[in-house]
Amino acid sequence: MFKLKINVKNFNVSFSDNQILKNINMKIPKNTVTALIGPSGCGKSTFLRSINRMNDFSSNFKRNGSIYVDGEDIYGENVDVVDLRKRIGMVFQKANPFPMSIFENVAYGLKIHGLKDKKELFDTVKRSLKQAALWGEIKDKLDSSALSLSGGQQQRLCIARTIAISPEVILMDEPCSALDPISTLKIEDLICELKRDYTIVLVTHNMQQAKRSSDLTSFFLDGEVIESGLTKDIFSNPKMEKTEDYILGRFG
Amino acid sequence: MKLKQNLTKSLFASSAAFTLLALGIVTGFIVVNGIHVIDWEFLFSLPKDSGSDGGIFPMILSTVYLILITGAISIPVGVGSAVYISQYTSNEKIINLVRFISQVLSSVPSIVFGLFGLAFLVFFLKMGWSIFVAGIVLSLMAIPTIFQVSEVTFQTIPEIYKEGCYAMGASKWQTITTVLLPIAIPGILTGIILAITRAISEAAAVMYVVGSSLDIPISIFDTGRPLPLHLYVLASEGISMSNAYGTATVLIIIVLSITLISNITVNHYQKRIMGCLN
Repeated sequence: MFKLKINVKNFNVSFSDNQILKNINMKIPKNTVTALIGPSGCGKSTFLRSINRMNDFSSNFKRNGSIYVDGEDIYGENVDVVDLRKRIGMVFQKANPFPMSIFENVAYGLKIHGLKDKKELFDTVKRSLKQAALWGEIKDKLDSSALSLSGGQQQRLCIARTIAISPEVILMDEPCSALDPISTLKIEDLICELKRDYTIVLVTHNMQQAKRSSDLTSFFLDGEVIESGLTKDIFSNPKMEKTEDYILGRFG
Repeated sequence: MKLKQNLTKSLFASSAAFTLLALGIVTGFIVVNGIHVIDWEFLFSLPKDSGSDGGIFPMILSTVYLILITGAISIPVGVGSAVYISQYTSNEKIINLVRFISQVLSSVPSIVFGLFGLAFLVFFLKMGWSIFVAGIVLSLMAIPTIFQVSEVTFQTIPEIYKEGCYAMGASKWQTITTVLLPIAIPGILTGIILAITRAISEAAAVMYVVGSSLDIPISIFDTGRPLPLHLYVLASEGISMSNAYGTATVLIIIVLSITLISNITVNHYQKRIMGCLN
């Protein structure tokens, strides 16, 4: 019933001599939300950042194995990383709107990728802000600085900025960890909305969030995937003891 | 406890007061003695009798030229090397070398720069005496400051902005020009102002290379005499103390207005970009 979007095969990552990810295998279907859970330092963020090759910036980053997106190895020789990151957007733990106006933030990706037409720019910005459930709150102050927004609004702005360039996949690295409960709920609603158009991979420390907003869950521990499956199965009937311990809050 | 707190507070307050007083006394004394000399004629006419009479127009023009030349050379080189060191290379050896050189350069006394200009630029490279050569010498003095301040500014930009850009599919060049530089501009500007105002206040660095002519410099390749050098000559040769005060006042006004205008601009820019306005 699902079309495969991301296929991870025997993927290993180390920084210097420190192996962070050990032999990761994972299948992520299209138009689903996959939650990555696990205690701090278990490698889930490193894994997430491997999917849009953000780890490339660390000079001591080493990996082997492959990540296929639509059947193409993103670590292959002919891959244009800049183009890859256009297709695989990312929302960070800490909202990081650029120090420019709200409008310019959402238009940023479009502009650097060469869109000049004013009307099309405006329409896309408007559509993206609407999709990110932010339009109503800020439509009268598009020219205000993005940094004048609240934390939750800033994070939704970052989501709008990401979807403005129509990526296929959106990676979210604990997008709600710095937000209040109401903003968190808004973003979770948004995630459920977004999966109609995008494939979403979500790193979260919040078990309730994983349960509420994801279809699939993978549990990471010490750089390994301990258990993967449908979220409802993982939370109601985990196969591994470690998974159960973590979900029930016995450690982590 | 209370006594101790009050004591420390007044200690710090008096340090602050002393700084303010120093600035007030120095500028106040000079301006009080020099302001009565300044009128349109003083600003816009040629000096007569070596400067004991007449105005300082050629000197003002020389200083303006020097600001432009020094800025045109030292800003791109200083900021450019900071961008390279902070964004393009991770080679520790290169980074440390450039940092070391800039530290050494900034600790060289200005008269040594002047001597270098005379020996190397004027004689060895046969460039002759000119405002342009003086500008090169002043640029050498300004570059380290601009580089150091810019580099620190780039380092203090949170990594999340850079990552945010890359995650949008921006190239390195786009990341630097569209996001990092705009964030860094207030800091960089502070370094530029610091470096340029100090450079144009230099007499020692330019005295051997600028030619010390009293004529109006038509182009930057003419000889000239910037304000600090004129001031030095007027005072040290006992030509005219009141004109020396007048020249010093004009120099102070130029430096203060550059500093003030740039501070206002930076504050306004920061408010706009960081969202305190609107």
